[in-house]
Amino acid sequence: MGSGNRQPFDNPVIEWVDSRLPVFTLMNKEYGVFPTPKNFNYFWNFGAIAMVMLILMLVTGITLAMHYAAHTDVAFSSVERIMRDVNFGWLIRYMHMNGASFFFIAVYIHIFRGLYYGSYKQPRELLWMLGVLILLLMMATAFMGYVLPWGQMSFWGATVITNLFSALPVVGPGIVEWLWGGFAVDNPTLNRFFSLHYLLPFVIFAVVFLHVWALHVTGSNNPSGIEPNGPQDTIPFHPYYTMKDTAGLLLFLLIYCIFTFFMPNALGHPDNYIEANPLVTPAHIVPEWYFLPYYAILRAVTFDTNLFLLIGLVCAAYLVAVNLWFTKKPENCPVATTFKIPVLQDIPMKALEPLMAAGAVLFLGIGGMIAFMPDMGMAKMMDAAAPVLVEAKLGGVLAMFGSIAMLFVLPFIDRHPYRSAVFRPWFKVAVLLLTIDFFVLTYVGGKPAEGLYVLVAQAATAYYFAFFLVIIPFLNKFEPRVPLPPSIHQYVLDKKAKKKQKSDDYMNALKPEAAE
Amino acid sequence: MSMDEDTKDGGSRRDFLYLTAAAFGAVGTGSVAWPFIHQMNPAADTKALSTIEVDLAPIEQGQAITVMWQGKPVFIRHRTAKEIEEARTVDVSSLRDSQTDEERVEKPEWLIMVGVCTHLGCIPLGQKTGDVKGDYDGWFCPCHGSHYDSSGRIRKGPAPKNLPVPPYAFVSDTKIKIG
Repeated sequence: MGSGNRQPFDNPVIEWVDSRLPVFTLMNKEYGVFPTPKNFNYFWNFGAIAMVMLILMLVTGITLAMHYAAHTDVAFSSVERIMRDVNFGWLIRYMHMNGASFFFIAVYIHIFRGLYYGSYKQPRELLWMLGVLILLLMMATAFMGYVLPWGQMSFWGATVITNLFSALPVVGPGIVEWLWGGFAVDNPTLNRFFSLHYLLPFVIFAVVFLHVWALHVTGSNNPSGIEPNGPQDTIPFHPYYTMKDTAGLLLFLLIYCIFTFFMPNALGHPDNYIEANPLVTPAHIVPEWYFLPYYAILRAVTFDTNLFLLIGLVCAAYLVAVNLWFTKKPENCPVATTFKIPVLQDIPMKALEPLMAAGAVLFLGIGGMIAFMPDMGMAKMMDAAAPVLVEAKLGGVLAMFGSIAMLFVLPFIDRHPYRSAVFRPWFKVAVLLLTIDFFVLTYVGGKPAEGLYVLVAQAATAYYFAFFLVIIPFLNKFEPRVPLPPSIHQYVLDKKAKKKQKSDDYMNALKPEAAE
Repeated sequence: MSMDEDTKDGGSRRDFLYLTAAAFGAVGTGSVAWPFIHQMNPAADTKALSTIEVDLAPIEQGQAITVMWQGKPVFIRHRTAKEIEEARTVDVSSLRDSQTDEERVEKPEWLIMVGVCTHLGCIPLGQKTGDVKGDYDGWFCPCHGSHYDSSGRIRKGPAPKNLPVPPYAFVSDTKIKIG
């Protein structure tokens, strides 16, 4: 950064520092006069709120580490000592515990904002992907942090989640032992989780820095999804958004304080106040609430994926691909033409498509029957012909990680030129349904995996993946394109005029002479 | 040395030096990384805890005890004639993880296996007399509902495998060494 075009400061001390290291110039450029779209709504608070929560977690976490002991013999009692004996230990621990929940609340709303207003789209793809990376790091950090108090849920949560890796073929069991540092979750596991739980927040901090850096290159999105055209569309970040962010932050922290002070254990699980016991498994192992949607997806795969089911899925995916993923339906099979497969590359799509459709129906039918109703006579007979390729356990793990991977590749799936759901009537419905879907998954994730809950989880999981793989490609192609306002400024004026029209109509209706 | 001679086989001395340097660099990085990866694997003292001896004399028929081995519970069950009978009359080919009862025990009355559900690692119920034993008179995992029979084989539910049998040997008639 050249300091050649630097504006001198009046204060001699600031000027002395800034001429040698232009931090004040940098701060003023990025957080003072930084041009920001003038039409942010309160959803735009949550990035700043998440940042504050991250700092709060770092401060409370470092403080707790001064009193916590990461050894299975004393971990549980050292946490109880923090709660009972350490001065204000109870407060700091409750702040940290509930802080994790509220950090996730802030981040989930922040992600919803990004989805709804299309903030992930060109040119902000990398910004979005860094955000998904932060979410992944947060999950790893939160998971390891929950193990540290060494309660029953800590121990069994760690056991179940680390065991997920055993589903991987060949390397699975070796990876699990490597993660444990033994033959079960034990002291070595607790010790390394503490070490990593201390490390990862700083990694998160570094990625947040990159996230914010990328944001300041592209500039912020806004509710209209239209890029600012000039100064009439923007206002300086300070004081306008420093104030708006502070207002939203205070309200958020108020709710956080209500939880921290008056219901500090409402979001936790009582079993975690029982010390870990490797010989007794709690009746229902549930993760913390913010993991429930992914846990529901994990458990939704109760069936083995057999050969037929896979063939059926490939046929269905093929149909979706040629009809929706391609901008123009290819004349011949795109796979066959790319690899120059003789005969196959000459078959026209018109003939191939019904064949694929028949294959999808047939194989999904038989494969599904074997997978979902293994006790039926027909299914039993076909069973031998269709070997299991992906066991339920591995399928669940793949689906769970796949659900995050979907977010990661979303910028490249969604090619619709409009960003904001405000100007995308169909996308708006789909994305709001996805939000409801997320809540449904959260709900069933906390329930025992039996009966109707499994079916609901499976339907909700199906919608989750369909949103990314079918609905978004469909909207790319078929969603109607209403004319966009030419600028943010015009968008704001239109909105205002509409609002005024509405209130005028209402007032006129109230007047008796106007009614005549 | 002329340029032509240097590159006649399509690669230059420079290419060779780059590749050699990169290869040695990769080996060097790998050999430094390995200690930092391997330190997370079970340590020598953890591995040293891998053998225990158990006295079977006080266990009556129909009783079961749980001992800890490698941080995991090991179920030791003194099976009744009825339980052995049940375990041996099953059509083995109908099982998810086909294994005969004979393959799973040294002596038919002693069933010894690791009591960790092969689904996601919970501890199945069925060791105590009052416990739920599942539909097959063996063990029942409360987490996700896996049923194991009186030979510890998976019969129903999401678990993919039978409860594993640890390596063990009878050192005398009433004493075993696990591990």
